Amino acid sequence: MKRTLGFLAFTAAIVGVGFGGAEAQTPKRGGILKFAVSAEPPNYDCHGATSFAFIHPVRPHYNTLLKFDEPSYPKVKGDLAQSWTVSPDGLTYTFKLKPNIKFHDGSAMTSADVKATYERIANPPTGVVSIRKAAYEDIAAIETPDPQTVVFKLKARNASMLTNFASPWDCIYSGAKLKDDPKFPEKNVMGTGPFKFVEHAAGSHWVGERFADYFEKGKPYLDGYRAIFIRNTAARVNALQAGEVLAEFRGHSPADQAKLVSAVGDKVNVHESPWICSLVVTFNAEKKPFDDARVRRALSLAIDRWQGAQALSKIALVRHVGGLLRPGFDLATSPADLVKLPGYGKDINKARAEAKKLLAEAGVKDLKFKFLNRNVPMPYTPVGVFVIDQWRQIGVIAEHEQPETKAYIGNLRSGNYEVGLDFNCDAVDDPNLQLLKYISADKSSINYGRYNDRKLDELYEKQKRELDPKKRSALLRDFEKHALTEAYTFPTIWWHRIIVNWKQIKGWHMSPSHYLNQDLQDVWLDQ
Amino acid sequence: MTMVSPDAAFRPRQPRHPVIEFARAQPTGMAGLAFIVILFVAGVFADFVAPYDPLTLDYGAMLAPPSWEHWMGTDAFGRDVFSRIIYGARTALAVGFLASLFGSGIGAAIGVVSAYFGGRIDMAIERFMDILLSFPIIVLALAVVAVLGKFPVGGLDLNLIVAIAIPMIPKVARVVRSAALAIRGLPYIDAARAAGYHHSRIIFRHIAPNVVAPFLIMFTAFIAQAILLEASLSFLGLGVTEPTPAWGLMLSGTSQEFYSQAPWMILFPGVAISLAVFAFNLFGDALRDYLDPRFKV
Amino acid sequence: MLRYTFHRLLLMIPTLLGVAVLVFVLLRMMPGDIVELRLLMDGGQVSPEALATERVRLGLDKPFWLQFYDWITGIMVGDFGTSMWTGRPVIEEIGSRLGLSLQVAVMATILAVSIAIPLGTISALYKDSWIDHVVRIFAIAGLAVPSFWLGMVIILLLLYNFQWIPPLTYVPIWEDPIHNLSQLIWPAIAVGYRYSAVATRMTRSTLLEVLQEDYIRTARAKGVYERLVISRHAVRNALLPVVTVIGLEFAFLIGGLVVTEQVFNLNGIGKLFVETVTRNDYTMVQALVMLVAAFFITVNFVVDLLYAALDPRIRYR
Repeated sequence: MKRTLGFLAFTAAIVGVGFGGAEAQTPKRGGILKFAVSAEPPNYDCHGATSFAFIHPVRPHYNTLLKFDEPSYPKVKGDLAQSWTVSPDGLTYTFKLKPNIKFHDGSAMTSADVKATYERIANPPTGVVSIRKAAYEDIAAIETPDPQTVVFKLKARNASMLTNFASPWDCIYSGAKLKDDPKFPEKNVMGTGPFKFVEHAAGSHWVGERFADYFEKGKPYLDGYRAIFIRNTAARVNALQAGEVLAEFRGHSPADQAKLVSAVGDKVNVHESPWICSLVVTFNAEKKPFDDARVRRALSLAIDRWQGAQALSKIALVRHVGGLLRPGFDLATSPADLVKLPGYGKDINKARAEAKKLLAEAGVKDLKFKFLNRNVPMPYTPVGVFVIDQWRQIGVIAEHEQPETKAYIGNLRSGNYEVGLDFNCDAVDDPNLQLLKYISADKSSINYGRYNDRKLDELYEKQKRELDPKKRSALLRDFEKHALTEAYTFPTIWWHRIIVNWKQIKGWHMSPSHYLNQDLQDVWLDQ
Repeated sequence: MTMVSPDAAFRPRQPRHPVIEFARAQPTGMAGLAFIVILFVAGVFADFVAPYDPLTLDYGAMLAPPSWEHWMGTDAFGRDVFSRIIYGARTALAVGFLASLFGSGIGAAIGVVSAYFGGRIDMAIERFMDILLSFPIIVLALAVVAVLGKFPVGGLDLNLIVAIAIPMIPKVARVVRSAALAIRGLPYIDAARAAGYHHSRIIFRHIAPNVVAPFLIMFTAFIAQAILLEASLSFLGLGVTEPTPAWGLMLSGTSQEFYSQAPWMILFPGVAISLAVFAFNLFGDALRDYLDPRFKV
Repeated sequence: MLRYTFHRLLLMIPTLLGVAVLVFVLLRMMPGDIVELRLLMDGGQVSPEALATERVRLGLDKPFWLQFYDWITGIMVGDFGTSMWTGRPVIEEIGSRLGLSLQVAVMATILAVSIAIPLGTISALYKDSWIDHVVRIFAIAGLAVPSFWLGMVIILLLLYNFQWIPPLTYVPIWEDPIHNLSQLIWPAIAVGYRYSAVATRMTRSTLLEVLQEDYIRTARAKGVYERLVISRHAVRNALLPVVTVIGLEFAFLIGGLVVTEQVFNLNGIGKLFVETVTRNDYTMVQALVMLVAAFFITVNFVVDLLYAALDPRIRYR
């Protein structure tokens, strides 16, 4: 079955109302879902937020135009949209909205609200922060021929446009409220979502209650939910073990999983999936000898990713060896091709011999440098300690530095480092997002390697505009090969998401991202 | 219970070795000192004492419970907890001694200068010490660590030592100042000044020797405090960095992920911290009673 | 006395101002940027304009002196500003957490005093006996055990033995005393142990000193019944320095909570402090430090006044 987004772009997909996935049991009404969140949302505005700590408590208050079809990710389906069509030239997207959608204040939601929302994202008024503005820079105009129809006109084709419309961040706000005050969502929670906002006790918890007028009749099943903020990992796992909370939706380490299963194994379900997150080694290409591709490639070759993935997967939330895209994603390199890429061969001794040869050719002896890592125990510390140990085996000494997150980010951005362990996490599988880490620093705000490589930029732009998945895949392979040979930035090990939930939670689906499937619309408690 | 001749009390005291005298007067203090010496030896000769290398990863023995191979079990990376505790003694003692030396040293210098010169200098210094004192210790250390960042020299972060030492300075300065003030008021200091001696000569020859006792007492007490504070800072993620073996670090970071299923990871380092601090406190108390029974920290 | 009080009150102003300058400067020297942290900590694509807009929104584009001026003039009229992270008023953020921390502190104090005074008294009366040694070892051990570690051990014991952990969310004591106490008693024990150790030592040593004083000897020589001597004269006189140390430790307790609140996931001032420092939330850290410093200075001041009022031997310039 073709599930690629490019294919979908040419197909008018119609998704029925109330399609909630195949559930064996009939959902029961009632109950309050208590779950833990390891951080707290800094503000209330979806368009200006980036954290999963925002998604978990806030997403149930809102809807987006499209969303991912939970059991068959990465297929998209309508959230507020009933159906949509894409013109054959890929430049016009027409959405029909579902009928009788109401905001929590009782007002009706129409195409004007969708237009106001996307205009706020694409062209934020003064003082409004819009994080993902760039995703909609191809939009030329938004039209609303009638209250149920909204039309997006693009300036250029974009292979990821439908994925964009399914982004969990693009909450649809009330146009009337935005007109009065464009900053309204910063301090107020008012959407069309399955749950109404009740309370946010700073530092403690967040409460939502069932929205009786929700447009999906009969949903949501829960009476409400309570998100409890627990920062300390051990405290979070203890709370889960004691049944004080029934779920945590970011992910657990394998050790936590083992602990929970051994303590309350008959009462919990374990869900697993590869995660759209990778830890990548980044070089500051302005500092010698890291301006030399041979040195960078040698340090990539020295890492035994296969053995590391296996060993680290026992203690840390990393498990998969992959290229620049998530292993398992349709557009990612096949396992057979992966082992041919530099640094991914199965013979580590051969790779390390080559690494030493490359270092010798580059005239680098007794290489010693500071290795910047983030002061977050999971999974940064285990991966950092592992990589340092791998380099030690070709005679390279890396001194571990683990400042707090704010200083870590500051050092990466300002180039105040030699070699660093950076991360590449996104809400969805999308080459346009994941490859941003690798294109030239002057074109990408999240490339901290301080290099420019026009070949990468050119390939990036080409794949972005290529609607044929086969051709796009070929362009991606070229990109990947060039990026890993130059090795400005290379992946170490991809993350693995493990969720341990109490069994009475039903209707929740695992996904490769902790940002997705969190509207709690279909979740119910079997008790 | 030794046999003492009846007139022993009336003879001028034999200049016995001070360590022996101390041991007789303060047996618990001596026990503390003995434990400190053991720690010190273990730390210095860690290469010979520890059964394993503290840095070697062993992915085959991760989170192993205590056994004959690993007396105190292993941590998340398969590193031997016992070996890391022994090497950790090195870090603890180094941080403790250096931080306390630095903190008490600067504090004593400030206290003596403040007392000796008096007047406006004294007033200004006192006010500044007031400001430092009203920052809670951990708050001040947190801020200093964050501001200075890391400055590792030979595996030890010098800035961490400074951060731990700074909160000690005002306390030592206070105590030393009042001890020095007492001396300052004596006529012979005025006489020395009148005789035209240089300030530094008076300070070093006459005042400094008289503040040695409070200085030593505070110095010992603060070693214990420094070890505890280092543990707290490491726990908050601001102390020593992996993979350096350090007790506080062994309680934090990845241990926080695993401690409820592998309790040995935190039990033993916690006991190590407690015992070390306990030993320094025993010794410090005894030293205080021995040197100056009326002095209170 | 009145002049002394006035003089001391006046001295509080430059000290607090000094604290304000110091914390302001220290914070600006800290590496990291709240805007970068907030928008980039989870990865993903963020436009540079978004970073710039956010910086303007928080007033971080203003020159330092203006930021300082705004802050100080705000304090003068009782306005501590809004948190840079949450956007809510600082007073509200602190207020919602103060109750919990104060309750733990008070509980720990009660616990400490009720242990320390009997233990310290017994220890002093039976100086150098076995019971004295046991008490002293208990006290010195209390100074040695890190309170956060003790907290972890307590949690482990509860979890392993009862498959139970203390409740996670705070409910004021007047709403549900059982829920409230079953959450807060454990951290109170963890921090109270050290506290009781300090107070026990203080009780013991001051009582020993008082017992040496002439009037006690006189009382004993007069043949006053031993128990009466101790309860009427000695203990009462020894209480003064003990009160001092309790007052001083109370301020430290708030600092000790910084670490322990992490372990128990308590939504108190200590946890707030660590969170705001790691976020570079300038307005919050400034307010918290000023609060703790003001508290500490006030406690010191009150303790000194009490001393002067209660003990006529103490004379002030």
